[in-house]
Amino acid sequence: MDLSYTDEEKAFRDEVRTFLDEKLPKDLADKVAGNDGDDLTKDDMERWHAILNEQGWLVPNWPKEFGGAEWNAVQRHIWEEECAAANTPRVVPFGFSMLAPVLQKFGSKEQNDYWLPRMLNGDDWWCQGYSEPGAGSDLASLKTTAVKSDDGKHYIVNGQKTWTTLGQHANMIFCLVRTDKDVKQQEGISFLLIDMDTPGIEVRPIILLDGTPEVNEVWFTDVKVPVENLVGEENKGWTYAKYLLTHERTNIAGVGFSQAGLNTVKRLAKSEMAGGKPLIQNPHFAARVAQVEIDLKAMATTNMRIISKAAAGSAPGVEASMLKVKGTVIRQEINDLARRTAGAYAMPFASEAVEGSNAGLPDPLGAGPVAAKYFNNRKLSIFGGSNEIQRGIIAKVTMSGGA
Amino acid sequence: MNFDLTEERQMLQDTLRRFLRDRYDTATRNKILDSDTGMSTDIWNELAELGVIGALFTEEQGGFGGKGFDIAVVFEELGRAGVVEPFLDTAVLGGGLVADLGTDDQKALIEEIIGGTCQMAFAHGEPTSRYDLNRVQTTAKADGDDIVLNGHKAVVVNAEAADHIVVSARESGNIDDEAGISLFLVPADTKGVTVQGYALLAGGRAAEVMLDDVRLPASARLGKAGEAFAAIEARTAAANVAQCAETLGAMDTATQLTKDYLMTRKQFGRPIGTFQALAFRMSDLLIEMEQARSAVINAAGHLESDRKSRESNVSATKNLMGRAGRLVAEDSIQLHGGIAMTQEYELAHIAKRIVMADHRFGDTDHHLERFINLAAA
Repeated sequence: MDLSYTDEEKAFRDEVRTFLDEKLPKDLADKVAGNDGDDLTKDDMERWHAILNEQGWLVPNWPKEFGGAEWNAVQRHIWEEECAAANTPRVVPFGFSMLAPVLQKFGSKEQNDYWLPRMLNGDDWWCQGYSEPGAGSDLASLKTTAVKSDDGKHYIVNGQKTWTTLGQHANMIFCLVRTDKDVKQQEGISFLLIDMDTPGIEVRPIILLDGTPEVNEVWFTDVKVPVENLVGEENKGWTYAKYLLTHERTNIAGVGFSQAGLNTVKRLAKSEMAGGKPLIQNPHFAARVAQVEIDLKAMATTNMRIISKAAAGSAPGVEASMLKVKGTVIRQEINDLARRTAGAYAMPFASEAVEGSNAGLPDPLGAGPVAAKYFNNRKLSIFGGSNEIQRGIIAKVTMSGGA
Repeated sequence: MNFDLTEERQMLQDTLRRFLRDRYDTATRNKILDSDTGMSTDIWNELAELGVIGALFTEEQGGFGGKGFDIAVVFEELGRAGVVEPFLDTAVLGGGLVADLGTDDQKALIEEIIGGTCQMAFAHGEPTSRYDLNRVQTTAKADGDDIVLNGHKAVVVNAEAADHIVVSARESGNIDDEAGISLFLVPADTKGVTVQGYALLAGGRAAEVMLDDVRLPASARLGKAGEAFAAIEARTAAANVAQCAETLGAMDTATQLTKDYLMTRKQFGRPIGTFQALAFRMSDLLIEMEQARSAVINAAGHLESDRKSRESNVSATKNLMGRAGRLVAEDSIQLHGGIAMTQEYELAHIAKRIVMADHRFGDTDHHLERFINLAAA
């Protein structure tokens, strides 16, 4: 056993650091450092995508045959850690790490040849049409229908999707739709690619509790979708959806984010005074910080153990669910510490949900909108399969004898 | 022992609950939150007419309540409905300090406050004071017959709307000394007072208040020179009772919403509340609710006790409310799922109220430490 990176891995890390040093625009890093990237504009995100694409690192998860870097799990982990430490914008995952693996495994050659280069060049911005108002944790109960037109050339889509992250920027949406109502729920679902400019689609923003418009409702009324946009076979969509969800859970532990967050908490607590001393010297506060740090150190090692196994070719199963639960609990605890640190200055709030609206708020610590972040990140334990669903998976797998 | 409310308080509770249920729904509040002033004058006046402000002052002060349980009854209802109007700042803090310390001339304000025509704020905290009541850097210096204030007051809730601001300033001693702090009743339009306002995450507005050579007559002082600390501490205790009761009301709303949602939301063909994993968490929230209710009773019931017993109960309650509140807010959101993350759902505001209460008058950790120190003293 050796807890340090190999020489090769270290060399890779140096290469990554040099690249980030040279190519990461300072204004983007500042936005991410200040507000976790929540005020990044569409242009900001596309600019970062283009920089990565030029380097060939936009899609480290893709196989080389599709233009990816085909990094192994340890390399991807190093990349994610360094990106978190350098405050890079996150790569918008819906196309690159969710849809693309599905297309590469189940899509036709024509679909891959057409959609993948457009994705890399930034021609398309994808969003995800999975959840519905009545189908959250119970995703298979989804009701949006797709019925083939009489001439067999189109599907006619009707229904409503919700929680569509960054759907306001998207021109394409991949959707799970019901194509057969008369069979078992999971066996009547298909996977469709839909142009958001098609008549009959309406996107309505959902304002979250911290005032941000990051998610949307998408309504479909008699939307005509060419049959060529069906991925794989009709009524096999559930298989593809589950495959996609395993990709949604990459970097699920969020070790880099937690580490960066914890460093920020410590930095802020050194300047904040409580009872005539820096807050970090207060035993009650220091104990809270230490407790999270201890948990994070252990989870980082758990994460590396699982990653090493994955790099050696074994697919993570129940461990992904474990990392989701532990990782989000730790991140949320760090968000809680950050808001505590700011004291009364956690209360001010930029009421208008506009870009850069935090300017002008009093913030003597330079803490940023820590309370808004705390509330926003309550989503971490809800989305991508809620922590309750993950616990159900862990229990089902470990107590029924099958993995 | 008797845990029933008096007839008067019961009537007040019933009246308030009915009024707010009819008049203060999510859409109404969201409109108020989006407004420039962050409050509704109509609601303010109507609640004043119902006696909400009068209930926060004693008979000799011109009101009809003013005790811990009066404060608790009023604020539990305000919290239950998520009312964002600044009753705490105008009546319990600003008005309360004038009532406690003022001369007859100064106390003439109380009638206006009770009538709803005068807004107040208490400017005490500073950028580096965090939750320490004794840390005052703002100075008050005599200049002939006048007093001149200089300093920066942090996150002064309701400062923009206030007609008068009660300002703490140091006349003698070191920055952390309890002795040497005085209070001044400052008309908001006094030259040298600058108010830089902003909205608050849990509703309402606050401001940084800058005092640059603010010249006041000596008659603006509230109480004796350098001896205001005890009054500040006692009023902060009353404010904590108010705020903890408000949090209790909000927690009650959060648990009710959550219980209703668990019984109506269906996934996998059944109400999600029938899943034991969720049902048990709901049970834990209800257990914590009973703890919270008792904690608020402890604090309210000791507000008129001697200092040590009052403060120790206040700190115990604030600590418990911080812990129970966080659990209720976070688990209510989690048990709902995504819907609770949306601004237009009632729980969003309620959860923010519960959690952000931990950022005023001392947080969970501050009061844990204070409880330990009070017990050791």
